[in-house]
Amino acid sequence: MTNANDFSLAELVIVAAAEAWRGDGEMLATGIGPLPRIAAGLAKLTFAPGLMLTDGEAYTVEEPIPLGPRGDRPLRPSGWMPYSRIFDSVWSGKRHAMVTPVQVDRFAQANISALGDFRKPKVQMLGVRGFPGNSVCHKNSMFLPSHSKRTFTEAEVDVVASVGHNPSRWPLNANRKPVDIGIIVTNLCVFDYNGPDHAAQVLSLHPGVSFEEVQAQTGFTLLRGPNMHVSAAPTEEQLAIIRHLDPGEIRTSVIKGNPPGQKAA
Amino acid sequence: MNKEMDTRSVVAQLRDGMTIGVGGWGPRRKPMALIREILRSDLKDLTVVAYGGPEIGMLCASGKARKLVYGFVSLDAIPIEPYFRKAREAGAVDVDELDEGLLLLGLQAAGQQLPFLPTRVGLGSDVMTYNPYLKTVRSPYEDGEELLAMKAIRLDAALIHVSRSDRLGNTQTDGPDPYFDTLFARAADRVFVTAEEVVDRIDISHPHLAKNNLFERSLVTGVVSAPLGAHPTTSHDSYGWDMAHLRAYGTSASEEGGWKRYFDEFIAGGEESYFDRVGGRAHVSALPIPAF
Repeated sequence: MTNANDFSLAELVIVAAAEAWRGDGEMLATGIGPLPRIAAGLAKLTFAPGLMLTDGEAYTVEEPIPLGPRGDRPLRPSGWMPYSRIFDSVWSGKRHAMVTPVQVDRFAQANISALGDFRKPKVQMLGVRGFPGNSVCHKNSMFLPSHSKRTFTEAEVDVVASVGHNPSRWPLNANRKPVDIGIIVTNLCVFDYNGPDHAAQVLSLHPGVSFEEVQAQTGFTLLRGPNMHVSAAPTEEQLAIIRHLDPGEIRTSVIKGNPPGQKAA
Repeated sequence: MNKEMDTRSVVAQLRDGMTIGVGGWGPRRKPMALIREILRSDLKDLTVVAYGGPEIGMLCASGKARKLVYGFVSLDAIPIEPYFRKAREAGAVDVDELDEGLLLLGLQAAGQQLPFLPTRVGLGSDVMTYNPYLKTVRSPYEDGEELLAMKAIRLDAALIHVSRSDRLGNTQTDGPDPYFDTLFARAADRVFVTAEEVVDRIDISHPHLAKNNLFERSLVTGVVSAPLGAHPTTSHDSYGWDMAHLRAYGTSASEEGGWKRYFDEFIAGGEESYFDRVGGRAHVSALPIPAF
């Protein structure tokens, strides 16, 4: 395997995001949005063959479905996964999703519901959708394409759609097993919430990005992870799989300006 | 026994202030012919319960919805239903915004004649903050765990679109996903279905599709023949959603007087005029079902 010299930031992000599912075994992997979906497919086709994927509609598939029009390729379902069984799967805990919230805070609480006052929102967004249940039942990772203080907020998120490590929000006698947050992948870095007392800590910085720069764009304090390193460049093999999973290059439209993976000095 | 009715006689059975559940999922399998009949009526102050699509937007735009109970309101390719968004940002409608699974459990509780069902879903989130009627309950067993008691969502009526029905009220729903139509039917005092086709006896004409039957006929009050009646939403396996129409509808939400123009152009004149204006029945029946 040789590292590619020429790759985009989106491709580097896909490779970093795929790592979320390493070691998950036969988990249902749901990547919502183009980069997480490609990442889940990449994980399955390289180091995580046990992952289960869906067609995004109602079936499980053994081969990840490329983004874009299906054309003449027939759907080859391995099983049936209507929404009722998605909920069964969510509630059993045997799922690991990667989602893209609009706001995330220091507790890893996330918001896709509304901005401003929920009762008369400045911006109505998607609503809480399945986030409350997903976050108490199974593991969730996140991808945010635009790392800034607006997305990683100084205060708590405007509406807590998915729960995090904030004890004050829980009823006294609830079964508070720790919320399972995987990795947070952004256009600048990868971090998790596995520092002391669930503090956010940077695991890797994308090439050319400094820790200070990430901190300056984040509304809460970040720690340097014990093995903080530079995010790995994609290999030629990984790039070939990414091209196969995204023949229409939808990945070029996700991160503003589709910058190269190696940030210009 | 013959449960066949028309859309007008269904709407005549509905009352101001009722809680109405709508089957389907986003822009999929919505009983739009009945929704349009409601829009043409003087019904008002409705509480609408749904995994919402354009029906919620239209009932907001027309001022007929006083309250919404939803897991989401989306047109899929247009992630946030434009008229729903407009109503929310104007503070014009009361809402119970629920986790999608809580909505499922609320309907299930109602169908099982229970006051609530226990769950961890919603705990620790702002669903508890903004639905202050939600309470918790302690497990009576050794664990003593405190759980959210999802209150039953009882429906005065459920409106559901199916592939076919017979006059007895036996129905079949084709397509890859039943969504939660079963739960809407069980939670409701009365169920009205619109059908792509109405046959005399489904057991005689379509016995091989019996697994597509989602709820028993004893739950069904009325059956309406409404071919293409889910337009502009998808009706599996007959036709896909009409994204061009939905986009034009969505754009009207940002225009001054947009809803009135949409209503006058498409809805006011009745269903036959509706299909003429959206491009004809042949056009609609040929709309491709989207693949992902």
